[in-house]
Amino acid sequence: MKAAARPVQRPRDARLLVVDAAGRIAHHPRSALADLLVPGDLVVANDAATLPASLSGRHLASGAAIEVRLAGRHSLAADDIACFLAVVFGAGDWRMRTEDRPLPPPLAVGDTLALGPLAATVVRVVVAPRLIELRFAGAADAIRAGIARHGRPVQYAHIAAPLALWDVWTAIAAQPVAFEAPSAGFVIDWHLLERLRERGIGFATLTHAAGLSSTGDAALDARLPFDEPYDLPAATVAAVRAAFERGDRIVAIGTTVARALEHAAARPGGVRAGAGIADNRLGRSTRLGVVDALVSGTHEPGSSHHELLRAFVDAATLAHIDAALASCDYRTHEFGDSVLVERSVAPRCGYAEPRSNLKTATLASRLGKVRTTLPA
Amino acid sequence: MMHSPPSRTPLRVAITGGTSGLGLALVEAFAARGDHVAFVARDGERVARVAREIHGSHGIVGDVSRKEDVHAIALQVGGALGGLDVLIHNASSLGPVPLALLADTECEDVEQALATNVLGPFRLTKALLGLLAASARESRAEGSRAVVVSVTSDAAVTPYARWGAYGASKAALAHMSRIWHEELAPHGIAVVAVDPGDMDTPLHAAAVPDADPATLKRPRDAAREIVDRIDRERMTRLPPRPGPRTVLPPGSET
Repeated sequence: MKAAARPVQRPRDARLLVVDAAGRIAHHPRSALADLLVPGDLVVANDAATLPASLSGRHLASGAAIEVRLAGRHSLAADDIACFLAVVFGAGDWRMRTEDRPLPPPLAVGDTLALGPLAATVVRVVVAPRLIELRFAGAADAIRAGIARHGRPVQYAHIAAPLALWDVWTAIAAQPVAFEAPSAGFVIDWHLLERLRERGIGFATLTHAAGLSSTGDAALDARLPFDEPYDLPAATVAAVRAAFERGDRIVAIGTTVARALEHAAARPGGVRAGAGIADNRLGRSTRLGVVDALVSGTHEPGSSHHELLRAFVDAATLAHIDAALASCDYRTHEFGDSVLVERSVAPRCGYAEPRSNLKTATLASRLGKVRTTLPA
Repeated sequence: MMHSPPSRTPLRVAITGGTSGLGLALVEAFAARGDHVAFVARDGERVARVAREIHGSHGIVGDVSRKEDVHAIALQVGGALGGLDVLIHNASSLGPVPLALLADTECEDVEQALATNVLGPFRLTKALLGLLAASARESRAEGSRAVVVSVTSDAAVTPYARWGAYGASKAALAHMSRIWHEELAPHGIAVVAVDPGDMDTPLHAAAVPDADPATLKRPRDAAREIVDRIDRERMTRLPPRPGPRTVLPPGSET
């Protein structure tokens, strides 16, 4: 695959590789997404707007130039805006590959970081030399204003031009809590929402603080994704439960949605409205409880997003997907092409049963609801 | 009938041009009834003063006519309020001051009027649409809508001499609001243009310096009318949503 190097959310020629529940692969224009879904499906997207989470400045003790990339937060609460997990780089910016970036100066608890109009203190060194917890000084409104005016979207070397916030906000961007764009949602525009409604396909959102996709440090990258807070609106929970009870599919737009929904489903009492912190990892051993299909970018083997696909398909199917993406020149990275993967029907425990019943078995307890009748 | 019940959930309201005139009166009116308000204005000192004086309000420094400011404003609105139920485009540019015949109006003054009165509201509505739609989805169960208000003027309808830049830009704003409304109504978002009348405001004083303030409407009275209108728009019944259940499965009789 080659990198999509232009920040266009919906290029006219964007493609969608579709993998059905039997592992069969088809190629479609991505603009056909609404027509590839079926009436009754429920599409769930992440409506997080993206923070300009890259803050340039200085480490005051050494005078060294640094770039701080905000990477995590304890909650999505409006007043909980002072403390962040952050990855710190030495001098330079996105034009240099993250793997090649110089290390920051040694950082110690209590050090002050001057980041434009913002002042931050190192509260904890989580993983030396790059991963820290910091606390911004000042009132919440002043911190937000400082980030809004001084910050820039986190970006990587495959895109040369500096990104603006409008490049990385999806068409449904709402609360500014993501550290990188929930880029699977670039597929969404308001015409798509209109088409979904016309076709009787549901649409709901959750808000999930999508984190960094790469730090350039192999040890840190192995820890990705970090814990990510999310918020599940009551209307979305109602829509998810209703789709389940109808036996209809739940289609997650993006890995963050899949992660949040599966995290919520695995909690005692099942999917409930409100705040949560997704600390789960989806992968080979995941037994999906809620999500039936996933729309995602195209990801290189080895990345956490690629590993996540193993929750949906077996190794042989994933190998077919990788081969098809490579041989058909799909574009990768956040502005690249997409995949729509339906989870395979073959149950891992080795017995075959109709899909709807399988769903019932896995879901009933997780939704906190005991079924008295099976769906027809 | 139309008054809100006492135990209602506070609204989350964003108002542009919030440090003087009608905008300030709107900030005061919403804050007085316990709603959560974020307001936008260009002058940092005045923003800080109003935010200090009106308890619980969030001041945002920004210029809606500047493309570069709009997403930073939207970010601060969403961050401060944690959502958005009501957006009021109140900030206005008069065009040339003193008012001038169109033939004597500089292109730059027309551009400024369009940037503040048309492009700014367009961009800000777009940037905040996700928040408004999320509010609408969440409150659909109670049957209430998110509301966008564009403050317009009778100059948008009547061709007053010397009000060319302002009148034409407000006409564009009013018409765009009607189109927004058509397109967003199915998403549970109402977009309305409201003419508050001639008020005793800095903008009116700049346009008509020798007007007798006693003959002009008080901004707080206009603000109260707009608040009432918003409450009515929020509760206006929504058309039933075509849900998956209303769609027949493929192959069934039609």
